[in-house]
Order: sequence, then C-alpha cells, then structure tokens
Amino acid sequence: MADPALFEFLHTEMVAELWAQDPDPGPGGQKTSLLVLEGMGFRVGQALGERLPRETLTFREELDILKFLCKDLWVAVFHKQMDSLRTNHQVQAPLRLPGTLLCPQGTYVLQDNSFPLLVRMASGLQYLEEAPKFLAFTCGLLRGTLSTLGVKSLVTASVAALPACKFQVVIQKL
Amino acid sequence: MAVCVAVIAKENYPLYIRSIPTENELKFHYMVHTSLDVVDEKISAMGKALVDQRELYLGLLYPTEDYKVYGYVTNSKVKFVMVVDSSNTALRDNEIRSMFRKLHNSYTDVMCNPFYNPGDRIQSRR
Repeated sequence: MADPALFEFLHTEMVAELWAQDPDPGPGGQKTSLLVLEGMGFRVGQALGERLPRETLTFREELDILKFLCKDLWVAVFHKQMDSLRTNHQVQAPLRLPGTLLCPQGTYVLQDNSFPLLVRMASGLQYLEEAPKFLAFTCGLLRGTLSTLGVKSLVTASVAALPACKFQVVIQKL
Repeated sequence: MAVCVAVIAKENYPLYIRSIPTENELKFHYMVHTSLDVVDEKISAMGKALVDQRELYLGLLYPTEDYKVYGYVTNSKVKFVMVVDSSNTALRDNEIRSMFRKLHNSYTDVMCNPFYNPGDRIQSRR
C-alpha cells in the first residue's frame, strides 16, 4: 500500500514549506522553524501515545516503555523496527552541596541504520547539514509519546553518515 | 445504566464529568472524588505485587447502599470512573468492561483531535 510514501511526502513538504519563506535564515530563524517542527511532532506523539498502547498491559518499568517505542511506535510510523537500543546511564550531581543525593539520569541511545525519512536523500556524507531539519519532527514525536506515558525527557538527534541516525533520549528524573 | 461517568487526568483533576439525574450532582462528584483514593491504592498495589498480568480494568472499587463504583486506568494514567445504579443487578462484568472500552476509544479520539489541547476540559456540543 502507499501508506509509508504518503507520510514521507507530507513530511518533506512540511520541511520545505517552513524553509521556503526564508531560504537562508539566520540562526534565529532556523531555530524557530526547528522548534515548530518539534512542536508538531510532540502533539502527534501525544496522540499516538494514547492510541497505540491501547490493548497492551501497563508498562512495568522505563525499559519497557523504551522497547515499546523501538518496536511498536517505529513500526506504526515508519513500518520498520529500530535497529538498536543502548542504555547509557550517567550519574550526575546537580549541585555540590554536602548531603545531596546524586540523581541518576537515564540516557538511552536509539539507533536506526536506515532512517526512512533520510534514505531517499543520500547515502554518505552529502547533505549532512540539511539532515537536522528532517529529524526535528521525529524528535518531537518521541518526546510526545514519552510524555503521554508519564516520562519527562529530552530528545536530541545526531547524524554521522546518512541514512543512519541516532536519537538520544535523556530521561529527567525529578 | 451508568448513572455518572468521569474522566480524570493524570494529575487527578477532572477532564469530563457527567451525571444523568441532573439534581443532586454534587453527591456524585463527591463519590468520584473519594473513589480516586481507592484507584490510587489499586495502582500502587499492582506496582508492588509484580503480577505478570497487569490489566487496565480495575473492577469494582467500592459498593455503597445505592450505587457501585467501577474504575479503569489507561497506560497514560488517565482514569475513568463509572457509578452504576445498584438496583440493576443484571449488569455483568463483561458489560462494564465493554462500556469502559468504548469510553477509552472515545477518549483516544479526543486526544487525536487537533483542536484539542491535552489537559483542557473536554467539551462537546451535544
């Protein structure tokens, strides 16, 4: 069916539209466009976070939620599973006061070796500067889904060589 | 027949609350509010018991002399509470579950509505 192609085309148009108004914006303008894309992804993620885990049982721990993201969410949106999930827990002390507990921040790295939104563009180092525009929506998507499931997080994406990309999810524990 | 239905958000404030007999609404609001404690108790009990099957449907929360209160929790910690008339004993568990399933479906549709901001009161013109 043509379903995956529809979303890809819509996404390409969204990015093109946001950049068409000002083809070479300064750093300030570019940030706003990235924020708009991320915001859109966030709202979509919130709705998906409500709809997708409908019949699944309650998540027992954070890792279950991340596994759900890699399998069910990725399959629903991109029709493939995430290639690898790695954890990288760091212990960070917020303030150097005597007697404070060190709060562990869970960090997960989700790696996709052939990200569908980037696969059509290039395979290698060409278009490396353009790649972040196409990843902002997906970062918001991950953040939105996590927030509906009760996890506050910060998601950033990095590209070493198209079409492989990594999403770093840092879970903020209050 | 359900006498009162309430949708309560993660932070325990009501998103939607509606009762059928329009007089004496305050009594139903109070019952829903007290049932939230029971819901929280069940959720924390599930967390500690390490049961393999963790269901979304919580079952009968507590019966009073006239009414029975049922609860249901979604994966996003949104709670549905339903107050049912006790005199209608023909209502089986399956029917309550199917009522909650329909409620969950409608709530999911509301979330997907682009004009709805998560966290607002749910309003319907009908």
